[in-house]
Amino acid sequence: MDFLALFDLAVLDSTIRLATPLLLACLAGLFSERAGIFDIGLEGKMLFAAFFSAAVAALTGSVWLGLLAGIASSMVLSGIHGLASITFRGNQLISGVAINFLAAGMTVLIAQDWFQQGGRTPSLIGGGRFEPIILPFAESLRGVPFLGPIYAELISGHSILVYVALLAVPGTWWLLFRTRFGLRLRAVGENPAAVDTAGVSVVGLRFVAVGICGVLCGIAGAYLATGLQAGFVKDMTAGRGFIALAALIFAKWRPWHALWATLLFGYLQAIALRPDIIEGALGFKVQVQLLDALPYILTVVILAGFVGKAIPPRAGGEPYVKER
Amino acid sequence: MDVMPKWAEVILVPLISLILAAILSALVILAIGENPVEAVNLMVTGAIGSTYGWGYTLYYATNFMFTGLAVSVAFHAGLFNIGGEGQAMLGGLGVALVLLFIPWPHWTIALLAATAGAAVFGALWAAIPAYLQAKRGSHIVITTIMFNFIAAAVLNYMLVNQLRPAGSMDPATERFREAVHLPNLHEMLAPIGINFSKAAPANVSLVIAIIACVLVWLLIWRTPLGLEIRSYGKSGRAAKYAGIGAVRITMIAMLISGALAGMMAINNVMGEAERLVLNAVEGAGFIGIAVALMGRSHPFGVFLAAILFGFLYQGGAELALWTSIPRELIVVIQALVILFTGALDNMVRMPLEKVFLAARNARASKSVEPAE
Repeated sequence: MDFLALFDLAVLDSTIRLATPLLLACLAGLFSERAGIFDIGLEGKMLFAAFFSAAVAALTGSVWLGLLAGIASSMVLSGIHGLASITFRGNQLISGVAINFLAAGMTVLIAQDWFQQGGRTPSLIGGGRFEPIILPFAESLRGVPFLGPIYAELISGHSILVYVALLAVPGTWWLLFRTRFGLRLRAVGENPAAVDTAGVSVVGLRFVAVGICGVLCGIAGAYLATGLQAGFVKDMTAGRGFIALAALIFAKWRPWHALWATLLFGYLQAIALRPDIIEGALGFKVQVQLLDALPYILTVVILAGFVGKAIPPRAGGEPYVKER
Repeated sequence: MDVMPKWAEVILVPLISLILAAILSALVILAIGENPVEAVNLMVTGAIGSTYGWGYTLYYATNFMFTGLAVSVAFHAGLFNIGGEGQAMLGGLGVALVLLFIPWPHWTIALLAATAGAAVFGALWAAIPAYLQAKRGSHIVITTIMFNFIAAAVLNYMLVNQLRPAGSMDPATERFREAVHLPNLHEMLAPIGINFSKAAPANVSLVIAIIACVLVWLLIWRTPLGLEIRSYGKSGRAAKYAGIGAVRITMIAMLISGALAGMMAINNVMGEAERLVLNAVEGAGFIGIAVALMGRSHPFGVFLAAILFGFLYQGGAELALWTSIPRELIVVIQALVILFTGALDNMVRMPLEKVFLAARNARASKSVEPAE
């Protein structure tokens, strides 16, 4: 039995890469839900962004233009969500469901029209992808015992979006808990009437929050198609938006906890790819289906309040109607 | 509150939403360089131009009736059951277990047993989220989403590791016995002289689905329990003061909802595939949401909306066959229907209400004038 193999550097390395889209989407959901707008459309927005980033990167050869296109497309869906749930006070959950289907259908439809490859984009090469960044001294420090390989393998050598995602955690924390904007944003998710009374626009704040959510989902999708993989394939988000949603609840709507939750779920995805390691470490076979279902099972347990209660923002899911 | 007359509420609002969704879909077809009129023609010929097309349309419609009713019953109790997909998957498992392990002598008893099996498994899968919502306040939308994924894992495990016949690579059960083969519409209609297509999968489950529509209507509008469900859905707090137990209604409504979603399996698993395969549900659980929204959660509305979506599904398959439009067009249309009839409902409703209000005010002021 080799228990330490469970924390093999290669597994941890892929944990970081697999956790990145989850983390970005989770923070996206955090902004939206902290402002009182439930968003089960994270999946759709990521998928939309994944397609448009890969498509534009393939057509222009520039991954940066791809990233911009991904963010823009995700924000279009955010706009629809905002229109439906803020302006027209519709059901936020139903709007999210619609957005997921819209993305699932439109991406394949457009991909087929543009590239005729059965709903995928051509494989991205060269400048069409985000290349790994080798941090300074990664190679020369590799020889240092223990810390050297960790720095060279684990910390160095990811694409820029991985570092963006990691920096987004303190960034989100600072924005939400140390700025006036953050205070208002959190207030609008707890007690919009009070924010309104203070003369701040509830509608405006919520649109900004949904917009930030769109940007982060856009980066998440772009990373999927241009960093993690080289191109878009049909339904490539594969439920990641919902795992991010699960992580958000797991983290109880807090940025640093979101990091830990997504790293945990990323680790589960990474280890599921290496059944040999699990069997070697634990001495028995763990069904891969159990590993697939574990994030969802953990979330249900957390939701059930048996292990610390997850309490969502109080005004979440409710359209705000100004008193008349 | 009631600014609009009932006919406008029931017919006009959904109709306008549907037209908006149709216009946008036509624009999408135009944008990918195809002709919308031709596309509609193809869909009509393919879906209802022959008994073969009808057979597929009605087969899909049967699925959507069950899942649409499932979402509707939960809606009436103010609950959004997004877990129809998982409940239908588990319903399939129930049907497969009932049919594989008990040698039924005739399809009639087998159908009753399979219906019960499907309903019980679907209801059980809805019971946990329902209990967590009722007792622990866990948001039912999130838990049912999670249960969809858990159901997929459970089904995957059962098919790959337990039910797959030895030597088979395909993650599916073996075929059910010939004795439990459900009569399809060809076999049902031949005795009365109607020559229906032999190849189409629509079967006797359609009758069960229609009976389910009637029973749900009776339940919701003609029983004390239905009244309790609707009052709880309109206002949980008011219902509480009227002595209606929140836990009880949440549980009952979700059990019925899950059972209905699960019962879809008698159509797709027992009636069509005659074995349980991995993606037997094919998203029908989610289409139930669109069907319920469009049918305004009324069983008759659900019946009509299910047939419309059956038409779209079969028509879409024909489109994919004859043109370069992929099947995913249906997913887009489905999304637009959900968006316009569900989330953007107020966008259609608000201007309409203004029109009706203006008309009413105009009438009122006219009738007042002579008195002055």
